Amino acid sequence: MLDQQRDYVLRTVEERKVRLVRLWFTDVLGNLKSFAISPAELENALDDGMTFDGSSIDGFSRVQESDVLAMPDPNTFEVLPWGDGSSVEARVFCDIHNLDATPFEGDPRQVLRRNLGLARDMGFTFYVAPDIEFFYFAPPERGQAPMPLDEGGFFDLTTTDVAGTLRKETIRTLETMSIPVEYSFHEDAPSQHEIDLRHTDALTMADSVMTFRLVVKEVAAKHGVHATFMPKPLEGVQGSGMHMHFSLFRGDENAFYDADDDYNLSPVAKNFMAGLLRHAAEVTAITNQTVNSYKRLVPGFEAPVHISWARNNRSGLIRVPITKRGNPSATRIEYRSPDPACNPYLALSVVLAAGLRGVAEGYELPAEADANLFEMDDSALAKLGIDTLPQSLSDSLKAMERSTLVQDALGEHIFEWFLRNKRNEWRAYKTHVSQFEFDRYLRTL
Amino acid sequence: MQSGGFVAVYPEPPPSDLVRILDLAGYQWKAVSSAADAALHESPDGWAGAVVACDGDAEAAWSFCRALRLRDNIVPPLLVLISDQQLADLPLRADLFDDFCITTALPLEMETRLRHVLHRETRDDRPELVQYHGLVLNLETYQAAIGGTPLDLTYMEYELLKFLAQNPGKVFTREVLLSRVWGYEYYGGARTVDVHVRRLRAKLGEEHANFIETVRSVGYRFGQSRWSS
Repeated sequence: MLDQQRDYVLRTVEERKVRLVRLWFTDVLGNLKSFAISPAELENALDDGMTFDGSSIDGFSRVQESDVLAMPDPNTFEVLPWGDGSSVEARVFCDIHNLDATPFEGDPRQVLRRNLGLARDMGFTFYVAPDIEFFYFAPPERGQAPMPLDEGGFFDLTTTDVAGTLRKETIRTLETMSIPVEYSFHEDAPSQHEIDLRHTDALTMADSVMTFRLVVKEVAAKHGVHATFMPKPLEGVQGSGMHMHFSLFRGDENAFYDADDDYNLSPVAKNFMAGLLRHAAEVTAITNQTVNSYKRLVPGFEAPVHISWARNNRSGLIRVPITKRGNPSATRIEYRSPDPACNPYLALSVVLAAGLRGVAEGYELPAEADANLFEMDDSALAKLGIDTLPQSLSDSLKAMERSTLVQDALGEHIFEWFLRNKRNEWRAYKTHVSQFEFDRYLRTL
Repeated sequence: MQSGGFVAVYPEPPPSDLVRILDLAGYQWKAVSSAADAALHESPDGWAGAVVACDGDAEAAWSFCRALRLRDNIVPPLLVLISDQQLADLPLRADLFDDFCITTALPLEMETRLRHVLHRETRDDRPELVQYHGLVLNLETYQAAIGGTPLDLTYMEYELLKFLAQNPGKVFTREVLLSRVWGYEYYGGARTVDVHVRRLRAKLGEEHANFIETVRSVGYRFGQSRWSS
């Protein structure tokens, strides 16, 4: 099988006259990293990997032995659709190894692989489908507020729906890159769009999210537009989330489905949800990793604030979508806090770990919170035992720091590095004096 | 007359009628008694074809066919000779032969079938292609094209499309596709098949997405049903 895959890749490079093969991997913060090799080197890369200096990558650095190996995953080899015909390029995702061929602990893809292995040991395959939101803006200038396309006259000269054209071209490009799209639409906020991807296994999906972000930005840039996954770019309108639909399959059976339950949810699904709820605060630093992320998680903009679940209450952290009758495989839960600026490998790792902990230890699912929680005061919420998500990056880092679950899921290396890096981000933010403060205090104090 | 070398004939000794037909038609042939024997006497270019008489020890003959089919190198085109009672055995063994002939057929029919099967499969430089309404898969170069435009596929997408396109009109369950395309050791479950079918349809484009049809509560079919007009 592996040999055939290898032959397939080498043959395709030859037949399609690929000039450049881009080796893709992801740093700890979720930035796509790439280095290019010539086709002549590919065979060697497939067999033995490519050595590079890991200290140049955020979160990879260690004091000694900074060299690591990028091993292409031939299953992810794909010709890039934006070549001009004369110079065809291809990409392949890589797993990063130490020189002794053990998985490199700083590689998010390896971290997800390890966590998926634990799920497999319990008999589960983890399926994921994300709904990804983003904004189109005029190319930003430093210090300037973002300018939406459908406001402010950026496209005054064009009569057609530029954003619609962009979205169509984006979807076409995604589909030629093995990323099928389920729905797409213009979101509530000006210039905001949402593209929902079809479910795949979690590793494929993490790769797909990385590709997705690049494709959205590339297509926009080609038209002189800036696409951003910043969680809350505009004050006063809703931010960009990345709701994730989860299910666990045991072979061909949806382990979340139970025909006899009122909600069609199996005990596994309920335990999994209970795990997500109980460990929600601990994993939030990973699913919402920027200072800006917490400006999205506020009441009034369809973003979750409370650690609760419901069937059709979009203020909760977990929603259980109602599925068509007689379609057990569609039974799933929707986890609503993540934003599209997260590292998908790490985010899926920690939420999976939280859910599986609930399954392994048989956590009991709290009662459904179907009332509008935004209308309740703190004491009413406390009576229901409903807590809120961390209110800032600082709070979420504190919750993460105390979590052995997150530490185990991420591994020591990434856990330590992430906390250190993000505390620095918080410190830098804390020293910033904002417009809010000038407006509020300068004249009155 | 055949450039491709010797035809392997099973069993040893072969039926005398067959020998006469082969000699009259000018084939170079060699009788072999087993798959091991066939491997031993094979020329570096491989056998030009094989004729297997199944009307004697049928089990041994079929396992000889199977052994030839499982070889790593080029599989020779294979004609089986059967008695009319054995016709019912064929559907279960459809993958073991390229053509068949009833032993009681006229010598001319047997010769024609022989020529047909050997000629059709005679090795030449033409690439092996699978074609369907503008879709072309080149099995040697692993390349796919639709309407002359390259179709860039991942390895598993290519393997799935190849399998389906080689069996047009047949309905396959997800489980069968999983075992035939991914192999039994694959862990992900039949849902993987759905994921890949969806990806293939997206790549085939709206116009051709219906090449792969969903057969409700059964599985998938490539191209038109053989039973519809």
